[in-house]
Amino acid sequence: MSTAPAEVDLPRSADNPVTDKPWVTIVWNDPVNLMTYVTYVFQQVFGYPKRKATRLMLDVHHKGKAVVAVGAREAMEHNVEVLHGYGLWATVQHDN
Amino acid sequence: MDPFRPTRGGGVRAGLAPAEASLLRSLVGQVMALIAPDGPPQSQPDDLLAWDAQFTQEEQPQTPDDPVLARLLPDGYRDDPESAQEFRKYTESGLRSAKQQAAREMLDTLPETGGKIQLTHDQAHAWLKALNDVRLALGVRLGVTEEFEEQWGRLSADDPQWAAYEVYAWLGAVQESLVQALA
Repeated sequence: MSTAPAEVDLPRSADNPVTDKPWVTIVWNDPVNLMTYVTYVFQQVFGYPKRKATRLMLDVHHKGKAVVAVGAREAMEHNVEVLHGYGLWATVQHDN
Repeated sequence: MDPFRPTRGGGVRAGLAPAEASLLRSLVGQVMALIAPDGPPQSQPDDLLAWDAQFTQEEQPQTPDDPVLARLLPDGYRDDPESAQEFRKYTESGLRSAKQQAAREMLDTLPETGGKIQLTHDQAHAWLKALNDVRLALGVRLGVTEEFEEQWGRLSADDPQWAAYEVYAWLGAVQESLVQALA
């Protein structure tokens, strides 16, 4: 299985220019959530294709965490709220 | 149990034995009770001073002490207690309600005597979330790790936790079949 860093799309809106230090949504590994479930949630919540969702899930599984989205703080907090609703262990972090 | 299968229109169907339905209802009910907003409703203030004190007192939910609740309602920030508390202040009650609602929807679509279950796509998502919360709660209580199978294998059949491990494994199979039917 891949141990390369996952590619992450950078959804940027007009009020979040590239020059801003972005915020990130991180998902942490936990022993309960099923791998298939985590992949499915990434597809549903972020609209990622299955291959990308699977790669991110494997990063979480093997490396203990993965950045699953990058952008404005408010958007990342919203992601975390939604992911908590699905029972994933997610946090917001400043990407510095 | 007849595993979940996709139906036309994006829904799923499955079949549950009466004992399985009753077990699921009991577990979901326990999680619902756990995540219900705690404490009785505030008593009515009886004078202006009390009203004022209550009005100005900011509610500051903290990271729950119970590890199960801390896992179901996790911090939104790591290594940043201030932001974590601020995040919790604005999101925890909504998260509790959302989890309660998913659990309620699962109970509403889970016949007490089992049998055939037909779920729309949205109802199936409520099941996914509610089932997962039950697995998280039980997983934390049992202290399961990535080596769940080995942990279970080390228990003797008369160990008081053996049955709970069996239930946890079964819940994983139910959840897996639901994900496969939806994916």
